[in-house]
Amino acid sequence: MSDQSLADAPDLTVPVPPGPVPSAPVRERRPEVELSVDGQLVSVPEGSTLLDACRQCEIDTPTLCYVETLTPVNVCRVCVVELEGSRTLVPACSRKAEPGMEIRTDTERVRLSRRMVLEFLASSTDVTQSPELCGYMESYGADPERYGERDAQAESKTQPVKVDNELYVRDYAKCVLCYKCVEACGEDAQNTFAIAVAGRGFDAHIATEFDVSLPESACVYCGNCIGVCPTGALVFKAEHDLRERGEWDASRQESTDTICPYCGVGCTLSVQTQDNQIVKVTSPLDQEVTSGNLCIKGRFGWQFTTGPSETSDDVAADGE
Amino acid sequence: MDLHFTADEPTASEVEAVDAVLGAADSRWFGGQRVDRSEAQTSESGHRTAGRRHLLLPVLHAIHGRVGWISRGALNYACKRLDVPPAEAYGVATFYDMFSLEQAPPVVARVCDDIACQAKGAGDLCAGIEKVMGPAGGGQVSRCGWVRSPCLGQCERAPAVLVTASGERPWASVIAPATAQTVEAACSEDSQTDSPQVRDSVPQAGQASLQLLRRVGSPDAQSLADYRSDGGLRAWELALEQGPEWVIEQVERSNLVGRGGAAFPTGRKWRAVAQASGPKYVVCNADESEPGTFKDRVLMEGDPFAVVEAIMIAAFATGSQRAYVYVRGEYPDATERMRYAIAELESAGLLERACPIEIRRGAGAYICGEETALFNSIEGFRGEPRNKPPYPTDSGLFGRPTLVNNVETLANILRILQQGGAAFAAVGTERSSGPKLFCLSGHVAMPGVYEVPFGATVRELIELAGGVSGTGRLQAVLVGGAAGAFLGPDELDAPFTFEGMRAVGATVGSAVVMPFDDSVDLGAVLLRIAEFFRDESCGQCVPCRVGTVRQEELLERLRSGQPIGTLDHEHRLLREVSQVMRDASICGLGHTAASAVDSALERFPIFQEATR
Ligand SMILES: Cc1cc2nc3c(=O)[nH]c(=O)nc-3n(C[C@H](O)[C@H](O)[C@H](O)COP(=O)(O)O)c2cc1C
Ligand code: SF4
Ligand code: SF4
Ligand code: SF4
Ligand code: FES
Ligand code: FES
Repeated sequence: MSDQSLADAPDLTVPVPPGPVPSAPVRERRPEVELSVDGQLVSVPEGSTLLDACRQCEIDTPTLCYVETLTPVNVCRVCVVELEGSRTLVPACSRKAEPGMEIRTDTERVRLSRRMVLEFLASSTDVTQSPELCGYMESYGADPERYGERDAQAESKTQPVKVDNELYVRDYAKCVLCYKCVEACGEDAQNTFAIAVAGRGFDAHIATEFDVSLPESACVYCGNCIGVCPTGALVFKAEHDLRERGEWDASRQESTDTICPYCGVGCTLSVQTQDNQIVKVTSPLDQEVTSGNLCIKGRFGWQFTTGPSETSDDVAADGE
Repeated sequence: MDLHFTADEPTASEVEAVDAVLGAADSRWFGGQRVDRSEAQTSESGHRTAGRRHLLLPVLHAIHGRVGWISRGALNYACKRLDVPPAEAYGVATFYDMFSLEQAPPVVARVCDDIACQAKGAGDLCAGIEKVMGPAGGGQVSRCGWVRSPCLGQCERAPAVLVTASGERPWASVIAPATAQTVEAACSEDSQTDSPQVRDSVPQAGQASLQLLRRVGSPDAQSLADYRSDGGLRAWELALEQGPEWVIEQVERSNLVGRGGAAFPTGRKWRAVAQASGPKYVVCNADESEPGTFKDRVLMEGDPFAVVEAIMIAAFATGSQRAYVYVRGEYPDATERMRYAIAELESAGLLERACPIEIRRGAGAYICGEETALFNSIEGFRGEPRNKPPYPTDSGLFGRPTLVNNVETLANILRILQQGGAAFAAVGTERSSGPKLFCLSGHVAMPGVYEVPFGATVRELIELAGGVSGTGRLQAVLVGGAAGAFLGPDELDAPFTFEGMRAVGATVGSAVVMPFDDSVDLGAVLLRIAEFFRDESCGQCVPCRVGTVRQEELLERLRSGQPIGTLDHEHRLLREVSQVMRDASICGLGHTAASAVDSALERFPIFQEATR
């Protein structure tokens, strides 16, 4: 019987029948939109933003709340440009290019708004750990000292660092309220919704419900919020501790790209080390598999490289 | 969504309050019939895609009304029932002034200390209340407490107080004009007092020339039968006879321009929404919170059937599925009367050819009057304005084409259909058509809402209201609202029209006319306005979130004669703060947060010396 069935079995070496090899359908070219940026004519695919157009013209445009992997929230307003016919300036990061638009990026008005936004942020937030922001402040001549006592009114600046778990800390005195972490934790990546913006106006801040600690919250310690934070408000505990001890030293650090060993997804990890110790793990934003996102294992699961730890297990279990 | 909750459990009354809106949970957390129709006439049909999150604000109101604050357990239960992440619900609840996230006294007096009330003794009132009730914000343990409030929309009866009480039968009363004694009595007796008569807010009441205010104060304003016999529903019947296209043509021909502040041609909006396909909505913007504004309240209290009739017409003409009336949380009487009018029309079967109409209550956030913030608020999100474009006519409530109009704009629709668009356009001036309501408060002899055809000058309006009171010597007039501008005594001949106001660098805004006599400390008024915008900024964008704070600090420094560096330096800084708010903010709040201050500094010699 078994012989019989074997004989009936199809010959595994049957050649692929000849015929047309399917090819991918031709991608329809997106129609182009033509507009002028600082007098220069540019053509960008339909649906592009003014920021795309500026970048195509190699015009350096500052951004803080914008990142390719998240839906634009256009709240920081540091990217504003002048649009002919518009009463107000418009945010380059989210305003879609339309045919015939005339954009100006280097006028007195644009420079004033960008400078003021930077001054406002630096006068109410500790921006020292955001090289990006400090760089913009240089080039726009921002002077936050004009508003007097740096932390006279800024409650946010005086709040203590939140250290409530062994994996990462939240130092909202450095928060510029760019909404990126909220988006990463919610709809745009993690779908966990552990954090949101609470309060209103100058009291608005990032919080869990009733400001409960992370272990009490819905947080799963994916660290995707850390990955997008532009100001160092969210940092690895390892980095925080090194900085506290004054031992953080970028010049002694290396970054090595590797593949996460934990599962078959195969996320790319950029492992940052100082003196051969892992201090931070990220994933490149432009990486196709991750778009910069990881899970708790890839992000934090490298304690085994430094020997046993008494605390990390509890927290990890809590987050599961 | 896989939600995570803290261990906190709700109390029995909190569960009861939530279930009253959502119906009892028949499984662990989902489903249930909705039973309570009083906390927002809400329903779930029509936007299944949005889930039930749009019920978050009504549920928070229900909890707050029942127990006076929102506890962890209550928030958890609401979130489980609605499938909303608790962190997000917390973000929503903390957005609104009227919600407390800490245990608070069941009876709270909200004492207006805004500009019109300041001119009428709010300072003394607060001091008096402090004497009998202790410091503001206190009273955690006692039965009643009090807080300072921005404008309550009762400026014609200044100084005004709103008392809210939670419990099995929550209530709210307006006390205006208030004294420390009347406020203390209402609080300690925990009993609802009768609200002032709306007729007293319309000094012209009874005059034959009135159109929009014709029925305000008539004793039959609350009965559908009387409304009908007084010519009510005539416009609705005309609309049914003539069809949507005719209605929209009349609105276009009328040249009616929105009365909510943005001055957009109404016909264009109606046309755009009518042409859109798929589900769409009508929203009546009754969030009226611009300091000095109370006209929409008077319309809703005085002639609620007319406002609802106009909403029916709007829904019919645009082919909308559902209409919402978003009433500010501080308007208990307007809410009650609108709710009653809707219920009457519904039980008479008259909404069938229009659409279901729901009331949603705001909870103390000026920004929710901005149309896109209002959509977010109804949808159960934080009342943060959206970036425009897209505009509401393309993507509004629940992402669908939406017609949003101010209460007064809608009230004009009845006149337009009855007189014909062309006849309506002939009233007023060429570019500002129709009758117009003006809100007179501050130092005028007879404060109230006045109706005149567009074209009257600021002087004529002040004279209509009996002239300048107080010392009788005019120092300045605030026109358009806190987002408007100050005019000097030499500019009173400017016509209060869209074009007339533009010519003097002001706007019609919400048609506020608030004169200040020469005893008023204008610097203090400016500071209060700056404080208002700082408090009411939603906090989303940097220019407004930080700019409104810096503006207030700067004015404080100038007022106390302690500039940083030279006065010139400070004035330049103020101009730059003003410019970045105007140029780079997301919404109208930031764009206009410095207008009144700028206009005053241009005209009056304030803050010109290093010491006062
Ligand atoms: C900060 C802010 C507050 C507003 N508040 C109100 C309001 O309370 N009532 C209102 O009708 N419009 C208000 N508006 C204007 C609305 O955004 C919108 O333009 C208006 O409701 C449209 O109706 P209309 O065309 O009938 O005027 C506000 C706008 C801003 C920027
Ligand atoms: S670590 Fe992940 S789950 Fe936790 S708050 Fe950040 S984004 Fe949300
Ligand atoms: S914590 Fe970081 S990512 Fe989150 S809002 Fe603040 S600055 Fe942005
Ligand atoms: S301008 Fe002010 S109110 Fe408007 S979105 Fe920005 S922060 Fe919010
Ligand atoms: S980067 Fe455009 S608004 Fe923040
Ligand atoms: S009610 Fe007090 S200022 Fe309007």
